[in-house]
Amino acid sequence: MERVDQLAREQMRGDLPQFRPGDTVEVHVRIVEGDKERIQVFKGVVIRKRGGLAGASFTVRKVSYGVGVERIFPTHSPNIDKVVVLTRGDVNRSRLYYLRERRGKAARIKEKRTPFA
Amino acid sequence: MPGGLIGKKLGMTRIFDSDGLAIPVTVIEAGPCFVVQKKTGAKEGYEALQLGFERRSLGKLNKPGKGHLEKHGAKSGFKHLREVRLKAEGAFEEGQEITVEQFAIGDMVDVIGTSKGKGFAGTVKRHNFHRGPMSHGSMNHRAPGSIGMSAYPSRVVKGKKLPGQMGNARVTQKNLEVVDVRPGENLLLVRGAIPGPRRGLVFIQKVG
Repeated sequence: MERVDQLAREQMRGDLPQFRPGDTVEVHVRIVEGDKERIQVFKGVVIRKRGGLAGASFTVRKVSYGVGVERIFPTHSPNIDKVVVLTRGDVNRSRLYYLRERRGKAARIKEKRTPFA
Repeated sequence: MPGGLIGKKLGMTRIFDSDGLAIPVTVIEAGPCFVVQKKTGAKEGYEALQLGFERRSLGKLNKPGKGHLEKHGAKSGFKHLREVRLKAEGAFEEGQEITVEQFAIGDMVDVIGTSKGKGFAGTVKRHNFHRGPMSHGSMNHRAPGSIGMSAYPSRVVKGKKLPGQMGNARVTQKNLEVVDVRPGENLLLVRGAIPGPRRGLVFIQKVG
């Protein structure tokens, strides 16, 4: 199994910033249309992170024109140009599925207070 | 090259291709194999190579095995021997090393292995039969039910799906794409799943 894990590690990228469920992030996704390439930004709250070496993924949720939209990104996909962390959220669980039942003010996430930051 | 190789399944992972798509791959430790015996149309009636995989000292073999290898001038024994059929007589010599380099990215291969054994399995697990209700007085839970008619034909039709041994059988997974070849590490990456457990012995064969 170690050799398979080694292969999987080769696929992984180390350039993404650290982020956790509850953080608000901007995911810059590379989109290829025909022969043109552009960057699309998906901004929302990270509600889940899954491990698993090259198979790791995370889910970002946002509310767009009143409709909840969730997108699952393979963490190590080369199609992710970059991830920008906007705010660090202070949450008490690792899977924030409860946000799905909340709207507006109730769906806010407390910001993490860091000393001297 | 002969178009065949003996290997060992190492496990699965995923690889991102140039478009950024995730491809599920099985990693196979393939070869190096050595030509133990050359079979020719003149002598054996068909063209083939007998390949040896995983070295093992001659002393660990039984006498017939040892005799066979010594006859063909092998300096060490092998744990596994398999035959590859050749279309025509190729330029191979006994003792020649066969590696993964014979495969290229994009090639299609068949992988032959022994599937994971599930033991004696019932019809629900083995043939995806429906099960009966578990409660409300039902006495039929996982039984196969009726297996045929009455006076005519008075027997069970041939090929009727019934309980029995599941798995632990030779399985060929056809037309798998070679995603990557690493001759340095003797690794072969094929798209999709292949039969058998990790560390299971597999035979890889070029399609066509």
